[in-house]
Amino acid sequence: MSTVTDDSVTTATQVYRVYIKATAEAIWQAITDPEWSQRYGYGGYVHYDLRPGGALTVNPSEEMRAASAAMGYEIPDVIIDGEVIEADPPHKLVTTWRMLMDAGTAAEGFTRITYEIKSLDAGYCSLTLVHELDGAPVLAALVSGAQEEFGAGGGHPWVLSDLKSLLETGAGLAG
Amino acid sequence: MESDGELGSVFRALADPTRRFLLDLLFARDGRTLTELESELSMTRFGVMKHLKVLEEAGLVVARRSGREKLHFLNPVPIRMIHDRWIDKYTERHVTALLDLKNELEKPS
Repeated sequence: MSTVTDDSVTTATQVYRVYIKATAEAIWQAITDPEWSQRYGYGGYVHYDLRPGGALTVNPSEEMRAASAAMGYEIPDVIIDGEVIEADPPHKLVTTWRMLMDAGTAAEGFTRITYEIKSLDAGYCSLTLVHELDGAPVLAALVSGAQEEFGAGGGHPWVLSDLKSLLETGAGLAG
Repeated sequence: MESDGELGSVFRALADPTRRFLLDLLFARDGRTLTELESELSMTRFGVMKHLKVLEEAGLVVARRSGREKLHFLNPVPIRMIHDRWIDKYTERHVTALLDLKNELEKPS
C-alpha cells in the first residue's frame, strides 16, 4: 500500500496475507496451475517452469481478449512475464514479474513477487504475498487496487479474497 | 477460526480509535518500525505494542523482519473481504434507491 509517498523514506514493498481453509498443496496448485489461475481474480493462464531460471508467462483468457476487443484494445499474447528465482513447492515461490498489458507498467520493468504458504492449525494455511515494487510506481498503484474505480480491478487484495473464496466454497466472488 | 470468527476479530480490532489511527499511519506510509509508530502517538511503547498485536492477530497488520528491524505493513485483504462480503451486496441497492429518488425529485410536477 505504499502508493502515497512523502518526503521521508518510503518502502516500495507491499505485503498481503490471507488465511485460507485449504491445504498448502491446494493453494500452491491454485497459484501455479493454469486451469486454476483462470478461475479467480483477473483470470488468465499462468505458465511456470518451476526451477530457478525457468520462465513465467501469463496468457489472457478468451474473456479477457473479448472484453479488450470490445473496448478497442488488442491485448498482447503474453500479459505478464518473469523468471523463477526459487520454487519450493508447496511453500515458497519467488519470481520476477513484469506487467505487459500497459505501456507504463511494461516500461517500469521487472518487479519481484514472493508467495509464502504456511500450514497452521485447524486446516488453515496462511498465504503471504510480498511484492517488491522498487522503481515501479505505476504498477504499485495498479496492484494495490487504488485504480479500481477506473476499471483496473481490485489488485492483490481482490485477487487474494477471490482465491480464498474459490478454494473454500468452490466458487469465486464473481461466479 | 471459522469464517465469522475471522471477520469478528477484524471488526473488534477496528473498533478502537488508536488502532484505526495506526492503520491510517501505515496506509500513509507502509513498512514502519515500532519506534516510528510510537513517535506518532502519546502512548507508552508497551501500549502501542499491545495495539499492534491485536491488529496482527486480526490480520490487518503483517510484521516482517528486514535485517535487524521489524517492519509493519498494512494488510488490506481482511478489509477487502468485508467489502466483498457486505458492501457489494448493498451498494447496488443504494444506487438504485438514489436513482429512484432522483427521478422522483426531478419529475415535473
